[in-house]
This record gives sequence, structure tokens and C-alpha cells, in this order.
Amino acid sequence: MTRRIDCDVAIIGGGLVGSSAALALRGMGLSVTLLDKGFCGAQASGVNYGGVRRQGRPPEQLPLSQRAHAIWPRLQRLIGIDGEFMRSGHLKLARSAADMASLERYAIDVAPFGLDLELVGHNQLRERFGIAGGVIGGSFCPGDGHANPRLVATAFAAAARRAGAEVLENTKVVGATRTFESFTLEAGDVAITARTVINSAGAWADTFARDFGEPVPLERTYPSMVVTEPLDPFLAVNLGIEGGGIYARQVTRGNVVVGGERAMPLDDPDYSRPRSDGVLTIMRRAGELFGRLRHAQAIRFWSGTEATMPDRNPVIGPSATTPGLLHAFGFSGAGFQIAPGVGEVLAELVRDGRTSTPIDAFAITRFPPASQPDDALSSR
Amino acid sequence: MAERAPPLIVGAGPAGIRAAMTLVAAGLRPIVVDESHACGGQIYRQPLAADGRGAKARYGSEAAKATRLHRDFAALGTGIDYLPNSLLWNLRDGAADILRDGVSRRVSYDGLVLATGATDRVLPIPGWTLPGVFTLGGAQIALKAQGCAIGRRVVFAGSGPLLYLVAWQYMKAGVEVAAVLDAAPLAAKLNLLRALPLAPGIVLRGLRMAAELTLCGTRVVFGADRISIEGEGRVARIVYRNGGREHAIACDGVGYGLNLRPETQAADLAGCAFRFDPRDRAHLPVRDASGRSSVAGVYLAGDGARIAGADAAEAAGERAALALLQDRGLSHDSRRAAALERALAKIDRLRDVLEAAFPCPSHWTPEIADDMLLCRCEEITSGEALRAIRDFSLTEINRLKAVTRIGMGRCQGRMCGAAAAELLAARTHRDISAVGRLRAQAPIKPIPLATSQSVDERQHDPAH
Repeated sequence: MTRRIDCDVAIIGGGLVGSSAALALRGMGLSVTLLDKGFCGAQASGVNYGGVRRQGRPPEQLPLSQRAHAIWPRLQRLIGIDGEFMRSGHLKLARSAADMASLERYAIDVAPFGLDLELVGHNQLRERFGIAGGVIGGSFCPGDGHANPRLVATAFAAAARRAGAEVLENTKVVGATRTFESFTLEAGDVAITARTVINSAGAWADTFARDFGEPVPLERTYPSMVVTEPLDPFLAVNLGIEGGGIYARQVTRGNVVVGGERAMPLDDPDYSRPRSDGVLTIMRRAGELFGRLRHAQAIRFWSGTEATMPDRNPVIGPSATTPGLLHAFGFSGAGFQIAPGVGEVLAELVRDGRTSTPIDAFAITRFPPASQPDDALSSR
Repeated sequence: MAERAPPLIVGAGPAGIRAAMTLVAAGLRPIVVDESHACGGQIYRQPLAADGRGAKARYGSEAAKATRLHRDFAALGTGIDYLPNSLLWNLRDGAADILRDGVSRRVSYDGLVLATGATDRVLPIPGWTLPGVFTLGGAQIALKAQGCAIGRRVVFAGSGPLLYLVAWQYMKAGVEVAAVLDAAPLAAKLNLLRALPLAPGIVLRGLRMAAELTLCGTRVVFGADRISIEGEGRVARIVYRNGGREHAIACDGVGYGLNLRPETQAADLAGCAFRFDPRDRAHLPVRDASGRSSVAGVYLAGDGARIAGADAAEAAGERAALALLQDRGLSHDSRRAAALERALAKIDRLRDVLEAAFPCPSHWTPEIADDMLLCRCEEITSGEALRAIRDFSLTEINRLKAVTRIGMGRCQGRMCGAAAAELLAARTHRDISAVGRLRAQAPIKPIPLATSQSVDERQHDPAH
């Protein structure tokens, strides 16, 4: 028997964006159904690197990023756990004079946003951060940090559930249509009627956008992560490298998480796995940066399925074809930090039709539908 | 025509050895990757250095089998590409990553026989992490490979045929075995009568071991319950309930285990489909009677696929190799294959009976106290797991792992995964089959960050 649910807002995708939107909407007193084809927070929101970082984002993301920045220290109150959030600072290293110049330019460009970036030279890197070898300087953002994505994503969904959202896991939305003033979603043995729909389906969001006549050039990417056995504390900051390479953080328990390279999807594209040569490259680079890591053991590799857009900015905002439909996807491997802010913005958009945070740069209309070949849209 | 890559055999226990022999006899030169320094697997493990003990002292009643397997494997000589002390840490689609002496090599293979063996299954009991407590398998290896006992006065507790075998081997080695605490009631042992016509030799040998233990003064207790291991800093005594009373036995070593669990990570990484197996209370890679998995060219044999013991492993290793030969278009002995399948079917019926005689005491699960360590690597207690299950409404084992780190540490759930699944099932009132299985991730076992990468793809010409 089909169960019927009538609600104000149906959210497709129980990642961090969908879950935080659900929680914010419940705070406004709206009724919410949160749907996930698997488990909430089990995809990119839960298996990403865990960087809580504003530094390095393009200026157009910074107002939203700053909004999220204010949420992170309040997690305990908001979702009942701190998510192992540590305001450790984020240090971005430069390996060449050109990279250092790029960091200096960035610091000037984003000065109005108040990230309090601090440029550090080679000697300081060694004295303050214990980093030597192959780097000439860096840029430090003291307010950034890192957290445990497995906990944060799951806890947002759990908090939304406690706040009264109907959370339906293992419930795949197979059909979404708009009729008169509302939407009808078919999902498993549930039929949901909602005035508003939020498409926060991550790497699966493009199919829903296309169903509403808005094809988008979403691509899937797969990061590679290596985690070591627990080690004595030596890395106090969340570390990145200008121009790419590896990024690394050490969790309270002592494990060092190192990311970089690209993984590969499995036959079932919902799952992906690091490539062996990729993880060996990450391990070698980590050992070059930190001599003590050479003697550590890598205990686990993992990957996830992320959605990225050609201009590396997400899609956030109302649909251009369908009133009542909102999109929020394509965070291009940098969604973890801003997602709680996106949730608040989405809730405002639902309630007020507008938001105090500038999001024009993320409009879906920046991708003209005619320019999208059909085959670019099929999931792979 | 381009030469095909060689088959790869993972594991050099009874299944891997027989698979290798069968492939060599058909003119192939398989690669055999072995974590150990010498062939034999766990059951026929060879000592690291000669210790003056003969096969009879080391392997007891299984000495003839052990000697024959070791000899047969040695006779393969350069007919195989043997990689001892080597860890398979990842594999997929015809390429395996093998670590040896700090160097990782990517090896191409065509045909994969997984003979990965098993480890002990444990449920947490009070004191199970005290120094002096070993798994039954660990206790046996100490004796076999190193000539060491786990204590001077030891107790063996748990369930499974290994319980009596290890106790008997310790007794024969001159160690005082104070007690065998069998979790199963005597009534369960009546099932052995059903096993008698299937395998009279095995049943009678087991009964003889129990009798000899009793004659030597070992207390054999059936239906031992509420077992706890106590001591300050290390094992001093073991306490249990039996017949409505509490008993305590002084000891300085405990061997503990509840049957075995297959090592299935390689099959998972190879992409094999899994299915819940009620007898082993675990999700196991699907295979047919020949050992073919759900993935073409991947074959499963031995306890790594499903617990059936060493004799079955020998037969299954040979049978899987015959399937590989057939799939490769080479001549293979189909009558031999049929005979092996009949033998395996018979052993399988015996295993059903043995499982009934040595059941896993899953009824212990609700008794696991909140302060007891469930995941040793990540130091997660049962209470933390239960809180996470409640707070996050968890019903699936990978979600429990994600939220608590259970199964995320060095052992990747090989030691704690079964207990975590039992706990999750008991707490959510689900069947153990309904809580899912831990998805395997590379590396199968930890590898050093200093691992260097060899670009050598190992071109396999027969002269190599």
C-alpha cells in the first residue's frame, strides 16, 4: 500500500546540504520530508576529507562561506555533537615563488571578507608549524579548521529527525512531477505531495534537474584519501598546497588523513575506490613533507562520489523552469564547510523567496541549456 | 597471439597449495602470494627457524598431511612464481598490488584463486583484552610456529572443534591445561552422533582428545556461561557459571575463540557478490560447487570462502583450479572435478552437524557490558556503540562504523566486525543477516607509507 505524505517541503538527498536545510526549515515551523536513496550522509557529505576551510575559495563563495563559518562553533547546540570540529587554522603552502605570489594576490583579493590571512615565510613554517622541505612559504587562515564528516553529516540528519522532519532513508525518488501548485514525488512505497522541492541530490542531482527541463554539465569526481594509524600529535593545522598535490590533517585520535589524486568509480557508480598508484603517490608525497610519516602505516583508503561543475562553483538557487523547485548541488569537492550555510539560505528562500546572502553567482541559468549535449548528462 | 598473464593464487595453505599443484600439472606457472615465510597456511604453518621438533610433535595427528603438503609444494620448485613474506593489499580487474620487502609491485593476472583462510571469531567477554589472553588460533600458532605456550597453566574457552584440538595439543606439549570451558551444552554434542556415519574418524578423534584431556586432569565443562577473565594487569583466573553456580580456576593463560570467520576482503575488492551464510553467521562471497565466484575468472577455495576445514580446503583448491583450467580452455579432468565436488558435499554435511555441536553463543551478546572494549584498534566500547545506535537510529553496520570508528582501525574490522554486527542486530532486534556487512577497503592489511613503487609489471615468459 502506498503511504501518502503531505508536507511543505520535500528534500531529495540527505547529505549535509539537504539535512541542514531540513533542520533550518523545521526551525521555521515548516513540515519537511527528507529523502535519501541510501543512508543520510553516506555519500560525499560523509566521506569527504573533512576540511572546514574558507581560504582558497573564490571571492564569490566567501559571503556564504562566512555565514557557514558562524555555524560551525555552534554545532553542539545545533545538532548535539561538536562533530570533532577543531578551529586549527588552515595553512596553504607554496612550493615556488610563483605559488607564493599567487597566495599573496589571493590575500589581497579577499581582504574585504575578513579571513584574517597571514602570510608566513620559510623560517616561520619551520618554527611554528614544523614544516620544512620543498616549501618556501605559505598563507595561514587561523579561523579555519577541520571536522569529522562522518559524524557531522549523520548528526545533521539525526537532528532534523529529532526536530520533526520525516526522514526516509533507503527511499529512492523515482519520479518527480509538478501539478498545479504542488509537486508529487514517487519514492518506494511512498507518495509525497509538497509545495516546495529542494534538489540536493549531490552527484545524482543532474537527473532531477534534467527531469525539470534544466540539463546541467555536472561531472562526477572521486577523491582519494589515505589514513594512517594513530600517531603522536605533530600536525596542528589543516594543510593544503597551492596548485594541488596533497592536503592533510591530523585528527584528535592521532590518525593523519591525507588526500589527493583521483579515484575511480566501480561498476556500480555509487561506489568508487582509490587507485593503487594514486594512493602510493599520496603516501610518497606525505612522506616527503613529513619525515616521520615515512615510518607510519597506512591503514585505510577511501573515496566518494562528488559532483563538480565546470566553473567549480555550485548550483544554488531557484529553478529557472519550475516555480517551487530549488537546486543546491555541485559543490566540487568543497561543500563540507559551506553546507550548513547553504541549508540556512535554502530555508530562507523557501520561506521568504529571497536570502540575505548573495548567491547570484551560483544561479543555474549560468549554464545555457542549449550548450549541453545530451550525453554529458547521463550518469556515469 | 599475445601471451596470457599467469593465474594468481592468494594464500599457500592447503587450498592454495592444491590449486597451485593442479595448475602446474596442466602446464601453467601460477604466481602464489603468501603472507607467511613458508607454505602451509595457519593449520600447517612451518616454524620460522628449525626448533628440533619433528612434524609429529608439531602437527600431531595431522603430521602426515602437513608433511605431504609441504613436500608437494616444495616439489613445484620454479614451476610456480612463489612470493613468500608478501602482502596482497589491493586488487581489481586483473591487477594485484603485492608488497614485499617494502616494495609494492603491480602484478597482472589472468585467473584468480582466493585461498585466504580464516581467523578466530570472538565476542567480547570481561577481561578478553588482558595480557595472557589469546585467540585459539593464536595459541595454536605460538605452539606450532614458535614452540611457545601461552602460559604454564592454561584454560581454553569458547566454542568450535579448535577448542579441543588446541587444548589437546597443549596437553601433549606438556603444558598444564586446567580446563576446557565449552560454551555449548552437552546436549549440543549429541549432534556428533549424526556426524559419526559421515566422518567416523574425525568424530572418534575428537572424542578421544576430550577423553585424554579428562584423563590428564583437565576439567571439561559443557554449557559454561558468563565467562570472565580476571587479573591485575594480566590473566590470573577465569570465572564462569555452570549448573547454577559460579566457579573460578586459577590460570596464567587463556585461549579463547568462537569458531572461525572467513577472510573475505580480497573477494570483496575483486568485486565478488556476497550473500549471508547462516552457518558461518557472516556474509560470504557467493560461489558454486566448483568454486566459481560471481566474477568471471575469480575462484574461491578453503576457509576464506566458507569454514569447512583443511581437508575441504585441499579439495576445494584443486576443484577451483580445475574450473580455472576449464574456463581458460585447457584440458581438465572432469571426472576428478565431479569426485571432488562429491567429497566437498559430504564434508559440507559434516560441517552442518559440527556447527550444531559447536554453536556460536550469540546469546552472550546482550550480556556484553557497556564498559567492555568492542573495537580494540579504535578503543570503542560496547556502550559507545549502543549510544550511537540509539542516537543516530542506526540499523546498518557500515553506518555504525562511520559514526563510531568501529572497524576503522588497523584490523579494519577483521577482529571486531563480527561482534559489532551481533551487537547491532541484538540491539535493533534484527536478524544478524539484516544488518549488512562491512565493505572492505584497501589496504587489506596496513602498509607503510614508505612503500616504494615498482613499475615492473612482471612480464611472464615461461623462462622467467
